[in-house]
Amino acid sequence: MSDSHYTPKSKVGKWFNDRLPLLTLANHLTDYPTPKNLNYWWTFGGILTFCLITQIVTGLVLAMHYVADTKLAFASVEHIMRDVNYGWLIRYVHANGASMFFLAVYIHIFRSLFYGSYKSPREIIWIIGIIIYLLMMAAAFMGYVLPWGQMSYWGATVITNLFSAIPFIGEGITTWLWGGFSVDNPTLTRFYALHYLIPFLILGLVVLHIWALHVPGNNNPVGIEIKKPSNDTVPFHPYIVIKDAFALLLFMIVFAFFVFYTPNILGHADNYIEANPLVTPAHIVPEWYLLPFYAILRSVPDKLMGVIAMFSAILILVALPWLDTSKVRSAVFRPLYKQFYWILVLDVLVLGYVGAMPAEGLYLLVARIATAYYFIHFLIILPFLGFIEKTNPVPLSITEPVVAGAAMATRSDGENKIENNLKSLG
Amino acid sequence: MSDKKPKNRRDFIFTATAAAGAVGVGAAVWPLVDQMNPDASVKALASTEVDISSVKPGQSITVVWRGKPVFIKRRTQEEIDKARSVSLEELKHPEKDEDRVKNPEWLVMLGICTHLGCVPLSDKGEYDGWFCPCHGSHYDTSGRIRKGPAPINMEIPEYVFLNDNTIKIG
Repeated sequence: MSDSHYTPKSKVGKWFNDRLPLLTLANHLTDYPTPKNLNYWWTFGGILTFCLITQIVTGLVLAMHYVADTKLAFASVEHIMRDVNYGWLIRYVHANGASMFFLAVYIHIFRSLFYGSYKSPREIIWIIGIIIYLLMMAAAFMGYVLPWGQMSYWGATVITNLFSAIPFIGEGITTWLWGGFSVDNPTLTRFYALHYLIPFLILGLVVLHIWALHVPGNNNPVGIEIKKPSNDTVPFHPYIVIKDAFALLLFMIVFAFFVFYTPNILGHADNYIEANPLVTPAHIVPEWYLLPFYAILRSVPDKLMGVIAMFSAILILVALPWLDTSKVRSAVFRPLYKQFYWILVLDVLVLGYVGAMPAEGLYLLVARIATAYYFIHFLIILPFLGFIEKTNPVPLSITEPVVAGAAMATRSDGENKIENNLKSLG
Repeated sequence: MSDKKPKNRRDFIFTATAAAGAVGVGAAVWPLVDQMNPDASVKALASTEVDISSVKPGQSITVVWRGKPVFIKRRTQEEIDKARSVSLEELKHPEKDEDRVKNPEWLVMLGICTHLGCVPLSDKGEYDGWFCPCHGSHYDTSGRIRKGPAPINMEIPEYVFLNDNTIKIG
C-alpha cells in the first residue's frame, strides 16, 4: 500500500507508531484513494456502520432493564416503555433501528447487484457481506423473540420448527435449540445470550469486510479498474466523509420519522399481547424484511423442499460472482442486464408483498411464479447473459467520459467496439 | 511435492498429537453443546393427569403437556363415522382411525401442526376437523393431514385411561 511509508511528525507520535502503527492505519483511512465518481448509492456503507453502532449502544442500555424470563420479559419491556427514563425512546430507536438497518442493507446489496461490485476481484468482500446479512437476520429474529409477545412466541416456534424438516436428526436439533419440548424459558434465555453476542460478531466481520475492500479499493459507477491514486481518485477525507455525512443526515430524518411519528407501524399489534402457548394468532407474519423469504418458504407445498428453497434463495447469492459470466461490471454498459436487474427488484418486492398476504388463491400463484423467477434470474438468465449480451463501450478511465465525452461520441462504433474488446481481453 | 519422504518418527508424533488434540477438543466441546438439551427440571414434567368427566360429546379441551397443547376431543358418532369412512388411498399419511384412538369416542393428540408447530383451530377447515391458520393445513376429524403443507398427521402422545374419567398423558 502506498501509505506504508507514513511517518508521524511528532516525536511522541513516532515513538508510539513504531510500537503500534495505529497512526499509519489512521493515515491510510484518511488518504485512502476513492474513485471520484462515487454516487449516493455508495454512502450506505457508512450508514450501515452507523446503524450497527446505534443498535449496539441502544441494545446495551436496554439490556440494563430487560429481564430474560418468560414470566417477567413482557412486563419488563412495558416497564422500559413506561417507567425507565427515556426508555420509550431507546426501545423505539432499537426496534425501528432494526428495520432501518435492513432498509440500508437492502439498498447496499442492490447497489452491488447493479454496479457488479461482487465481481472479481471483490468476491471475498461480497461473501463476507452475505455472512453479515445472515447474522443480521439471526440477530433480528432473536431480538424479536425477547419481548415475549404473541408474535415473538409464534415466530420463534415457526422458525425453529424449520429445522425439524431435516430428515432423521431434525427433531433432535429442534429439541436441542429449544432446550425443552417447546419454545419456553430455556429458549428465551439462550436467544437473549445470542442476541447480545451476534452484533459483536458482525462488528468483527465488518472490519474484515472493510479490510477486504481496501485491498482492491472501491468499485465505482463506471465499473472499471482505476489507477490509485490518480486523477480518477480523491482522498477519503474530506471528500467522501462529507458526502457520507450528508447522506447519513438524510437517512436519519427518515429514521427519526419512524421513531417519533409511527414507531409501531413496522411491528405487529399482536406482539403487545403476552405470549400464549395455547393460542396461535390468526395470521403469523415475520417482520417486513424477512417477507420475501417467507413467501418462498410458503410457495413450495412440501415442508422439506420449502425450507431448502428458502435457504437456497439466500445462499445462491454466495455463488453470484461465478454465476454472472459477464466481463463488464456496471449495468450502465449492460443494456439487457439493466432490464433484468429491474425485473429482479420488482420480483423481490412482489415476493415481499405476497409474503405478507395469506398463502391461498391468487397470492399463492403469484408467490410461486415470483419464486420460480427469482431462481431463474440467478441460475439461468445471469450465466447466459454474459455470453449473448452485446455490451456498450466502456470508458478507459473515469475522467474520460467527462473531458472526452464529445470525442467519444464522434468516434465510430467500430473504434469503440475494438477498444471494448481489448478491454475485455485485458 | 513429488519426492516421497520416508515416514519417520516425527510424522508419527504429529499424527498422534493431532488425534489426541481432536479427542480433547471434542471432549471439551460436548458439555458446551449438550447443556442446550432439555435439562432435568424440564424432563421431570413428563406426565400430566387430566379429568375428562365434564367434557360433553362434540366438545374439545386443550391441556398443556411438556409445554405443548394436547387436544382431548370427545367425538360425536357422526365425526367417528366420517373419520372411519375415508379410504386410506385418499390420505397423504395413511393411518386408520382405529390406530389413532384407544376409545373411538376420545381423540387425544398433540395440538401442534406438523408443518411448523402452530396450534390448529378446531372445527374448522375443509374436512371439519382442524385448520392451521399459519400456512393453511387442513386436518380431518381424526387429526390426519388432508390438504396443505404439513407432511404427517398430528401426533398421538403416549397416554392411558386410568379410569373412565381420567387420562394420564406421558
